[in-house]
Amino acid sequence: MFNPFFSKDIFKAGAFMKTDTIAAIATAKTNSGIGIVRISGEDACSVIDRIYRPRAGKKKLSQVKSHTVHYGYIYDEDILIDEVMVLIMRGPNSYTREDTVEIDCHGGTLVVRRILETVLRYGARAAEPGEFTKRAFLNGRIDLSQAESVIDVIQAKNDFALSSSLSQLKGAVLERIQKLRAKVLHEIAFIESALDDPEHISLEGYKETLSSVLEGLLTELSGIRKTSENGALLKEGIQTVIVGKPNAGKSSLLNRLVGRERAIVTPVAGTTRDTLEEQISLGGITLNVVDTAGIRSTEDLVEQIGVDKAREFVDKGDLILYVVDASLPLDENDRQIMELLKDKKAIVLLNKTDLPPVITPEDLKGGCSWFDTYPLVEISALEGMGMEELEEKIRDLFLLGEISFDDEIYLTNARQKAALEDAYQSLLHVKDSMEAGMPEDFYSIDLMDAYEELGSIIGETTGEDLINEIFSKFCMGK
Amino acid sequence: MAFLEETYDVCVVGAGHAGCEAALASARLGLETILFTISIESIAMMPCNPNIGGSSKGHLVREVDALGGQMGINIDKTFIQSKMLNQSKGPAVHSLRAQADKAEYSRRMRQTLEEQERLTIRQAEVTDLLIEDDVITGVGTFSGAVYHARAVVLCTGTYLKARCLYGDVVQQTGPNGLQAANGLSDSLKKNGVELLRFKTGTPARIDKKSIDFTKMQEQFGDERVVPFSFTTDPDEVQKEQASCWLTYTNERTHQIIRDNLDRSPLYSGMIEGTGPRYCPSIEDKVVKFAERDRHQVFIEPEGLSTTEMYVGGMSSSLPEDVQYEMYRTVPGLEHAKIVRNAYAIEYDCIDPRQLKPSLEFKKISGLFSGGQFNGSSGYEEAAGQGLVAGINAARYVKGLEPMILDRSECYIGVLIDDLVTKENAEPYRMMTSRAEYRLLLRQDNADLRLTRRGYEAGLISQERYDWVVEKEQLIEREVKRIGHVTVGAGEQVQKLLEQYGSTPLKTGTTLAELIRRPELDYDALAELDPDRPKLPDDVVEQVNIHIKYDGYIRRQMKQVKEFKKLENKRLPQKFNYDIINSLRTEAKQKLNLYQPQSVGQASRIAGVSPADISVLLIYLEQMNRGKHETE
Repeated sequence: MFNPFFSKDIFKAGAFMKTDTIAAIATAKTNSGIGIVRISGEDACSVIDRIYRPRAGKKKLSQVKSHTVHYGYIYDEDILIDEVMVLIMRGPNSYTREDTVEIDCHGGTLVVRRILETVLRYGARAAEPGEFTKRAFLNGRIDLSQAESVIDVIQAKNDFALSSSLSQLKGAVLERIQKLRAKVLHEIAFIESALDDPEHISLEGYKETLSSVLEGLLTELSGIRKTSENGALLKEGIQTVIVGKPNAGKSSLLNRLVGRERAIVTPVAGTTRDTLEEQISLGGITLNVVDTAGIRSTEDLVEQIGVDKAREFVDKGDLILYVVDASLPLDENDRQIMELLKDKKAIVLLNKTDLPPVITPEDLKGGCSWFDTYPLVEISALEGMGMEELEEKIRDLFLLGEISFDDEIYLTNARQKAALEDAYQSLLHVKDSMEAGMPEDFYSIDLMDAYEELGSIIGETTGEDLINEIFSKFCMGK
Repeated sequence: MAFLEETYDVCVVGAGHAGCEAALASARLGLETILFTISIESIAMMPCNPNIGGSSKGHLVREVDALGGQMGINIDKTFIQSKMLNQSKGPAVHSLRAQADKAEYSRRMRQTLEEQERLTIRQAEVTDLLIEDDVITGVGTFSGAVYHARAVVLCTGTYLKARCLYGDVVQQTGPNGLQAANGLSDSLKKNGVELLRFKTGTPARIDKKSIDFTKMQEQFGDERVVPFSFTTDPDEVQKEQASCWLTYTNERTHQIIRDNLDRSPLYSGMIEGTGPRYCPSIEDKVVKFAERDRHQVFIEPEGLSTTEMYVGGMSSSLPEDVQYEMYRTVPGLEHAKIVRNAYAIEYDCIDPRQLKPSLEFKKISGLFSGGQFNGSSGYEEAAGQGLVAGINAARYVKGLEPMILDRSECYIGVLIDDLVTKENAEPYRMMTSRAEYRLLLRQDNADLRLTRRGYEAGLISQERYDWVVEKEQLIEREVKRIGHVTVGAGEQVQKLLEQYGSTPLKTGTTLAELIRRPELDYDALAELDPDRPKLPDDVVEQVNIHIKYDGYIRRQMKQVKEFKKLENKRLPQKFNYDIINSLRTEAKQKLNLYQPQSVGQASRIAGVSPADISVLLIYLEQMNRGKHETE
């Protein structure tokens, strides 16, 4: 396939489009037993260093030998995400011929996705469809005969990614993002027109205007972010931890939840070695109940595994169900648990309402200052009372009562979420620049980033948008 | 039949702002150059606004200067008022703008051309391109003369089949009533060049004696003038400056315009050309921004030796009688006497996507073009392109690779890349928002960015180049030093901070950290820095900017690094993209049509998706390996 028009210097060594670091989930998005997040690129090791903690010692993965496996935890700052095995492969002895890190975690789409999101927040970007393969090819890993199929894969994956992500966005989110973008663009256009034509358009007093617009945008964006997080949670399972004193009724609750709906997913390897995870469907909501060895038996969680371990479980939960035996007075154990629940999404379940009550809801709220804000449901796990109310409270907690739960209202794919997060950060950056007293032309740089990032969520590119907006909205020129 | 016949290395057609730069560059690079103009009197003429520079255009002028062009030097010698715009904003958008004495500007430039060795000036209308086997061989004139040349640069401005319009009056002339160039368009078409028709306009000129300035606000120049050219001694440009004047239109003005819209050729459909949105006629403003009850009007002198005043903000193509009526509603213009009417002008230009980034035609070797002919607008945009076209015409003749300026280096690079890559439906004007790396492309560092390129091209002296290299080192050393100088929370420091309204220190910090505070700068901290070396003002300015905006500058430098990777991947020319099956049909069509120079340029073509770019990269790699195997 020699082409005479090719001049000699067209090709230079290191022929790849971008050498930045990419990441993606390498396993199918099902609740399989194991999930793999793959990172490739020159920063792969420094990204993993930022989020990995070994089980013992302080060893940094950037310093370990190539082709070794390491056992430890993935943390997002201080929040434990999962217990993992990490495989380090340095270029060129990897699939992409770049430094590659594979994080093997405990399946469950939610956990895998969280790990990916953490990786993206700490310096990698979401891989384009087929990008690992593309890099493998461009870096000389894949044989020439495979090239055609690589190209086809990229084109096909792009078409699919675009159509599937767009079809997910038909509804409210698409419209909300379009509106946000229009607002952002308007502000950029105003700033830019004033920069281009300072004698006709003044920026005097503009900071105040932008400040309030920015607040609105940030609120709106974090709303979308929450909705999509919670939407995904509701669909794929809320990591739920049940805590309570011995005999408070934890196992009855679990059995009740499991028994109430017949759609029990078989127990799978859970998020830690010594736990199991029950997937339970409560109405339209899926709960992944972290079932410690202790919950199933009548043994006491706090006593048996210690407060530290309990804290670990509580930290990992999206939702804590705190079961209180209404027929017994509150004691030191309860106070310990209450302490653990500070700043968590928790629902207090006053159980055994079928028995004569010793504690009332008021007692509970009086026991601890932050309990005021926690929803409280009176149940009888044994008799199945109060389950509808519990379901409702979970909905309230995760949907903010804002919109109804619907498949089409949230962003599911990691790339879109990363873009949303980036847009949010860019807007925060504008705020920082304003507070730092930077001049106006700096605002539009970050606003433009936000505009582009929001565009990438809904598959729209920027092109001549800004120039068109400037000319259509602002009167310029001689 | 006998006819005149001469031979040159390079032929430049048109002596406006593009043509002057092209001709000077070519001659300065050692080539025998001939410059054609329809009228010697129109050399470097400013047929519209009487100023050079302005937002983003000021950047262009400084870049032209750093590359060894003439515009900056010429305006420094002939300006009558100067302002640095956007001074309250960031350094990236500071922009110089100077009012020119038009006649002086033109005369000076003509003198420079006349004194230039190897440069011949010829008054004649070029009507034919001589092309053999897709290679330019010279030009022919209206009189039948033939000029052989190895490269030709077309800088015909707004003259091609030009016609001027106001009301129902149509004059078949170029700007200012000068003769139009009616022959060349046909020759271009005959040679397969695709033409567009664009339109622009200019306001009336009014006699100063008929203006009542007491009803207007006086607009002064800056107290301390900054020169455009890096070669001009700042002390030499401090002089008495002329004033401009600000006044406004009002409801009455707008009513008159609305009542007479049917008599405007723009609205009656007589004008076919596409006009620019950024410099709308007053009719356009009144129609499009109906909610505005007034528009600004700037009255600007056209020179010191004339009483003509330019009515900035009120370009129009309404009939003469309406023009009088409309201008006279403006405070201060009640008794205005019009010297020249406002008019719209239509002209032929090319779709610049027929050009390479070197400004050479893709299909005709040795034929280059610059300026309004390429679909741009503005004197500064013209000068930038003219300079690049002139340099590359000279390099072509010498058998050298063209000089390509990219988007990460300069506004000229952005301008040319936009022109040759993107669809452009109106005369293209430079804007700072078009430059994605604008924090790096500042007017204050044009010398640091481009002097090296100008030196490599052969237009910058050794001495000037050496100074820039030294300047770079001084800046780097001082930025590094300032990053290491620490200050404690002592009394002297706190007092100084208090003096500038800055928060007192709790613990020690570096000078660099303090400079980042908006209320402080390098100079303010002098007394805390006893070991400070004595540095020239322009070095200090760079140090200050580097430290203050460090985070943003680094960010953009990182983006540039990514940008360069794709930009440096060159694509084959005259290539048939149909053979790459996996490209989408639209991408194949666009790539076949525009034959981009690099993968980077391909990625900016509308209709080529990121997936197509991936496909392209893989294909290139595949070809590369295939090639190695056959070798």
